[in-house]
Amino acid sequence: MSWEGRNIISIDEFSKEDFYRVLKNSEKMIDLLDKGTPLNVLQGKLMSSLFFEPSTRTRLSFHAAMKRLGGKIIGFSDPRTSSRKKGETTSDTIKMASAYSDVIVIRHPNPGAAKLAAESAEVPVINGGDGSNQHPTQTLLDLVTIQQERPPSSSDSNIDGCKVAFVGDLKYGRTVHSLCTALKNFDTSFKFIAPEELEMPKKYKEGTDYEETNELELSDADVVYVTRIQKERFPRPSEYERLKGTYVINENVMNELKDDAIVMHPLPRINEIKSTVDSDPRAVYFKQAFYGVPTRMALLAMVTGALEEGELI
Amino acid sequence: MMLVRHIRNGTVVDHIKAGKGPGVMKLVKGDTEDPVVLAMNVSSTRHGKKDILKLENVYLDEDTLDLVSLLAPNATVNLIKEGEVEEKRKVKLPSEIKGVLKCFNPKCITNQEREPAEPEFKVLKNPVRLKCKYCGEVFAEKFFKNVQKP
Repeated sequence: MSWEGRNIISIDEFSKEDFYRVLKNSEKMIDLLDKGTPLNVLQGKLMSSLFFEPSTRTRLSFHAAMKRLGGKIIGFSDPRTSSRKKGETTSDTIKMASAYSDVIVIRHPNPGAAKLAAESAEVPVINGGDGSNQHPTQTLLDLVTIQQERPPSSSDSNIDGCKVAFVGDLKYGRTVHSLCTALKNFDTSFKFIAPEELEMPKKYKEGTDYEETNELELSDADVVYVTRIQKERFPRPSEYERLKGTYVINENVMNELKDDAIVMHPLPRINEIKSTVDSDPRAVYFKQAFYGVPTRMALLAMVTGALEEGELI
Repeated sequence: MMLVRHIRNGTVVDHIKAGKGPGVMKLVKGDTEDPVVLAMNVSSTRHGKKDILKLENVYLDEDTLDLVSLLAPNATVNLIKEGEVEEKRKVKLPSEIKGVLKCFNPKCITNQEREPAEPEFKVLKNPVRLKCKYCGEVFAEKFFKNVQKP
């Protein structure tokens, strides 16, 4: 089935086959980037980049992805410089951008904005994060990272067979919830490591093979996914102070890890991973940020119809 | 045995789980000025105790019956005309609800001024919860038990 015209709004809409397709096409883009092959498949195409709230990695990597494919970009990164300031609705802004461009990327503070954008637009819409709701391309690049950075496996993917440890704020962390949902499509088991106040909600644990602890014990993990613990999540500052140093990845923690384990983080990090472990080959969070580009290249090429069944048109 | 007079024209919502009657009343009563009677903790052979709601000269539309089913999934609704039961039906929990309830998440795009997004929910069962199709939030009964008919 062609993805031409498809909106990418929520990870919940992805089937197992969809995930494999994104992994395969992202790998193709990684190869092309590695070879330095100049691409012009989206030459003459325009991407509207509508950032109703600030973002660094998502915006830059979408822009890099579009430009790597030979396309161009219009849009705004600060709604104060757009007609939002005059009171225009999101829906109207989208309709206008839809008339001007071939694909729309939207980041918005209000949950549900991406679905409304898809309903308002005549061209495909990719959700670059809508408030507390969804950020599907982050989840997809996380999967691509595991697929690329874990040792080759005889299973259908390198993700199968992994024990994934999630560390930090598992209660409110959107990236953690989405990735956990996506990983249910693979043969994975989980370890949820969080303080009691920030435990993984039941609905994500249901139907999975998991263990839960508040001890940072990672010797059996294949993938360690670290998130930031935010001060504002705690009713009492003293609770935050007590816990903030508990889940820090430092050299001692790295020494406990398996040789082929990987450490991921959606970034930005504050204190939860010491910069002294950055040079450890198992610390892949900057590679993870890089994979945002080929993953988004694959998605842009797929929804605009430039990439079908792994072949660039 | 408590006696409440029969209504001649209107609707009787029966077999409401005991205690849920006030919520159902708030939901369906609208701005009627005709008599509305809520009987609570009435003995029932089937349910032990139940609540019954009688609304004179009020007939409930399908959207409202969908809302009733959220609070009282086992309720039966009798439409009374000229003192006779013209139709007796069970409410049915819909799989989705569209356009009749606002999303309970104030940040949801459907609650932003002038945005043309009609609130839409997927109905989750056991227990009944509503999942907003826009913002993705899931709402338990405590959110919708006090809603009023829009």
